[in-house]
Amino acid sequence: MSTLILPFRKKGLSGATGSVPLKSKGIKESKGYMTFQFFNYLMLASLAFLTLYPMWHVLIGSVSDGRALMRHSGFLLLPIGEVTLNAYRAVLQNPNIAMGYRNTLYILTVGIPLQVFVTSLGAYVLSRKTFGLRNAVMFFIAFTMFFQGGMIPMFLLVRDLGLMNNLLAVVLPFAVNAFNLIIMRTSFQAIPESLEESARMDGAGHFTVYARIVMPLSKAVIAVMVLYYGVGLWNGWFWASVFIRNRSLFPLQLILREILIINDLSSMTQGVSGDDMVSLTESIRYATIIVSTLPILTVYPFLQKYFASGVMIGAIKG
Amino acid sequence: MRKKPPRSMSLPSRVKTGFLRDKELLLMLVPVVAYFFVFHYIPMYGATIAFRNYSPARGFAGSPWVGFVHFTRFFRSVYFERLMVNTILLNVLALVFGFPAPIILALLLNEIKTKWFKNSVQTITYLPHFISLVVIVGLLREFTITSGLVNDIRVFLGFRRIPMLQLPEYFRTLYVASEIWQTIGWNSIIYLAALSGVDSQLYEAARIDGANRWKQTLHVTLPGIQSTIIILLILRMGRMFTIGFEKIILMYNPSTYSVADVISTFVYRSGLLEMNFSFSTAVGLFNSVLNFAMLLLANRLSKRYSETSLW
Repeated sequence: MSTLILPFRKKGLSGATGSVPLKSKGIKESKGYMTFQFFNYLMLASLAFLTLYPMWHVLIGSVSDGRALMRHSGFLLLPIGEVTLNAYRAVLQNPNIAMGYRNTLYILTVGIPLQVFVTSLGAYVLSRKTFGLRNAVMFFIAFTMFFQGGMIPMFLLVRDLGLMNNLLAVVLPFAVNAFNLIIMRTSFQAIPESLEESARMDGAGHFTVYARIVMPLSKAVIAVMVLYYGVGLWNGWFWASVFIRNRSLFPLQLILREILIINDLSSMTQGVSGDDMVSLTESIRYATIIVSTLPILTVYPFLQKYFASGVMIGAIKG
Repeated sequence: MRKKPPRSMSLPSRVKTGFLRDKELLLMLVPVVAYFFVFHYIPMYGATIAFRNYSPARGFAGSPWVGFVHFTRFFRSVYFERLMVNTILLNVLALVFGFPAPIILALLLNEIKTKWFKNSVQTITYLPHFISLVVIVGLLREFTITSGLVNDIRVFLGFRRIPMLQLPEYFRTLYVASEIWQTIGWNSIIYLAALSGVDSQLYEAARIDGANRWKQTLHVTLPGIQSTIIILLILRMGRMFTIGFEKIILMYNPSTYSVADVISTFVYRSGLLEMNFSFSTAVGLFNSVLNFAMLLLANRLSKRYSETSLW
């Protein structure tokens, strides 16, 4: 039970994006295959469009003129009316958004280092082949992936720990993710043993090997962990809605929920005159989405390959 | 490199040598083990309040035992049938449509030889995985409200405007479709990795035997990634009864409860909003046990028929 083995051939793992070399030169593709390829490109392009369009719509809507936007129907490919940043002004001046951002940043600065540190310690120990309790501890951890106590006992526990209305309540219960631990352990196992051995000859203990050899050699997997944990903390809303009742501690996602789902814009439109308010509501919602998703959207294209590589490392062997 | 203590030693002395040898490692393990103990195993023990009448003053261990009262109350409640039907239906739909989708995407991407095109499609389709559920459901709401784009298209096609998220008959479609939209790209990564691991000599051999592309896909590609598919299917089966309740909570409203309310959302409302702690824990535990049973069943079936299994 302690191992989740996805039996891939090791050989191909490095190149998930690399294609299988099918085409040998000089062989002409059949007509049927050419037709298939045409539709294949078409389908994939449509999928890409379908995936991107909603975000594009929101982006364009957020800089469009509010009144024109209300009259508009159908697809939104280019800004309607005069390009304006009024919606952004309203969003950025809004104290709730700023507050949500602050609380979320606090969660990230406390959460990510803690999660990565604890996970890496566990991953280090479990990647040592000589560790006697390796399988027992692995079972202890892996079992929690398949069986959980449930929502209510978790709530009662956190309440009894006195963490209600404390932002640590959305960090501590999620300090280690078993899947992430397995990803990190797998990556540590790939570090050549000879490095550890020579350090040990020089009298280095495990703490030294961990801090001076393993961690410095694991920048890629640490980056993956920072991203995974970071995205999880940034996007989490459910437990925050359970544990955080005090409005001044709301993370960004809870503020977003008020604006986007519960559709309560009252806090957004203070100080805006009635007429403007109506015309601004839609573009404000759009601008809110952009402002709250921007951090991930801007870093994503550059880090995409790290994001994906985590899946690959984790998939080889748990 | 220090070795494990030899088997010939007696148990106590083996434990002792092992402890001395692993002392540093054990120390490093403390935070992780403490975390899993406190935040996973204590709640597991806490789940015993399903068989007790929980009182906050007495805690998990001190509350009096009452047996299966809460379970029988749930099985007899008017909600039981509706919750079971909704949970199973939503899961089966998500499985039937959602599970093959990334496999098909991976197979299609695998045929693409234009590198930039393939990379762009991948980059774009992975993206929604990182967008928060609140924003996803916010987008869904934005596009399906009566003045939204979906309704604009309906009008263009000659239908009338409808408030989709308020209508029970659209809930399942919207749930499953948005789920696929968000996860198809990301979930395809693992299959693409498996695809790139298929031995290219096999394709060569198949081609020499006269297999066309379709035949190659059928007889080389699919068998090549079969074990990956099975493992992921087993894991998916193990979550059969835990539908993504966070999304449902964001999506549903009293007018769609009839189709949207599933076991876990019921646990949420009854436990966290109405404070019926023991009763809702019983319902949640019933859910966990169902899940675990499904996982075991799927694993066993797979072991018997395909020799692939989790453990």
